Amino acid sequence: MTSGRAQGGAARRWVPVAWGAAGIVAVALLWELYKFVGPSEGVVIGQVEGEAGSGVLILPRTHDRAMPHIWTMIGRLFEPTSGGSTPPLFVSVAQAALLSLGIAAVGWLIGVAVGMLLGLVMQRWKLLEWGLLPWIVVSQIVPLIAFAPVVNAIGNQIDRGGTPWPQWLSVAVIASYLAFFPVAVGVLRGLEAPDRIHLDLMRSYAAGYWPTLLRLRLPASVPHLLPALRLAAANAVLGAVVAEVSIGMRGGIGRMLIQLAGQASSDPAAPWGPMFGSIVLGLIAAGSVALIGLGLKNYRRGEATA
Amino acid sequence: MTATTPTTDLAVQATGVGKVFPTKAGDVAALTEVELEVKAGEFVSLIGPSGCGKSTLLRLIADLDQASSGELTIFGKPARRARIDQDYGIAFQQAGLLPWRTVAANIGLPLELHKVGKAERDARVAELAELVGLTDFVDRYPDQLSGGMQQRVAIARSLAARPKLLLMDEPFGALDEMTREYLQGELTRIAAETGAAVVFVTHSIPEAVFLSDRVVVMSPRPGRITDVIETGLGEVRDEALRESPAYFEKVTAVREALHGTKVERANER
Repeated sequence: MTSGRAQGGAARRWVPVAWGAAGIVAVALLWELYKFVGPSEGVVIGQVEGEAGSGVLILPRTHDRAMPHIWTMIGRLFEPTSGGSTPPLFVSVAQAALLSLGIAAVGWLIGVAVGMLLGLVMQRWKLLEWGLLPWIVVSQIVPLIAFAPVVNAIGNQIDRGGTPWPQWLSVAVIASYLAFFPVAVGVLRGLEAPDRIHLDLMRSYAAGYWPTLLRLRLPASVPHLLPALRLAAANAVLGAVVAEVSIGMRGGIGRMLIQLAGQASSDPAAPWGPMFGSIVLGLIAAGSVALIGLGLKNYRRGEATA
Repeated sequence: MTATTPTTDLAVQATGVGKVFPTKAGDVAALTEVELEVKAGEFVSLIGPSGCGKSTLLRLIADLDQASSGELTIFGKPARRARIDQDYGIAFQQAGLLPWRTVAANIGLPLELHKVGKAERDARVAELAELVGLTDFVDRYPDQLSGGMQQRVAIARSLAARPKLLLMDEPFGALDEMTREYLQGELTRIAAETGAAVVFVTHSIPEAVFLSDRVVVMSPRPGRITDVIETGLGEVRDEALRESPAYFEKVTAVREALHGTKVERANER
């Protein structure tokens, strides 16, 4: 890279950041604009006079209980979590988010390991690809909310004698269930990415499976692997949050979300705290994976045909 | 390589070699009854229209595909043995460099795969970079090189294990005319310096004549050898040769062999 290009790149790096910020501002403006112009009780069509709850609500209500102001949501972050001398909401959110992040990270690691293994064996043996790939796709159709308690129940039965199966491990396993899928598919596609000419070359060098894997297939798979790892990270967070709710684990952000949403009629701005928290959580998870990509820059070079 | 390697002065010997590709519509004969001998140190070009099986023949020699019939030996060994013993180096139309490796690491790849020690490898890579004139570029990545330079890296890589046979499948096909002529000159020099036999697949008549000791003319449906023309142009292949009557004569001879009839020349009309 020339230094000129690097300088240009530094300036250009701010462009996506600016667009990202503009997007957030636009959503906030839209929220406030609709809240300002929309009718307080929303727009309902086909309502029968004198019959409560009839008709179809086609535009949401805009009163403060349904749509709190953006600044109310932000202000709520600095008020005590549940009144009295409890810590400010943002502290509780951060603690819950950290716990969920840790569990999601464990789930991500399990998912990546399993996904890579599946990708490797499917690439190695075509028969396994035919046999496994359809099931891997089907596995993602199973509704998580139904599946999570099953995992927890199985976990509880595994280790009755010794140390009990911790609840968080169930959550991590469920997170990994969502995380392994993009990795398995991405690794499979990545390992099959090398050109025919490269495979012919390795054959002409009489290189067997392992040298070809290490020197050609794995490095060539990096451009496919990185987006898969990022997807896996987002999926792991999603899986962890849903699993917490589903099996009723305390302390994580998913549980907090449900709890505060239940109190929304009296404290409408509160559920937005963990909601922002889970957004930040997803961004941190995906961002940490992007850091891996920086270390693998050389594997993402395209060969110029110039 | 080893003392048990059978010695022969034939780099390639093909007797009655045929290749059939099975397709849904039935078997397609890509090559039939190929008889070819390439002596050690000899430069032989395979030329012919698309589908004449010249690349297929090269792939059979390289043991990237297997012959359906006939016998094919490389330095007196079966093709598979020769591949495992690294008796040949190969270069394709695309350079086929690994984009995540520097020039030096690309050239050294075959050595690395065969567990050549780091010091020895570095010395050999430096030597090869010098040979193809890329000493100043060894730390660059392929995407920072022109097409001609990439192709030179590929040639250096094919020479890494000091093969006595070079297999080249239209290595200059994707390059512009000037780079192409320059690299042709370089290749004859390198071939002479290393003493390696070369089997060179090409579309270009002038290229085949300029480079080769013998030009093997092939024809499609089914792929077969129709003619073999000795160029007899001697050891020195320089720019003056491109202007010489002997060269033009051979170009015409190859063209006539390709078209199967005598080409009417303007001055004979």
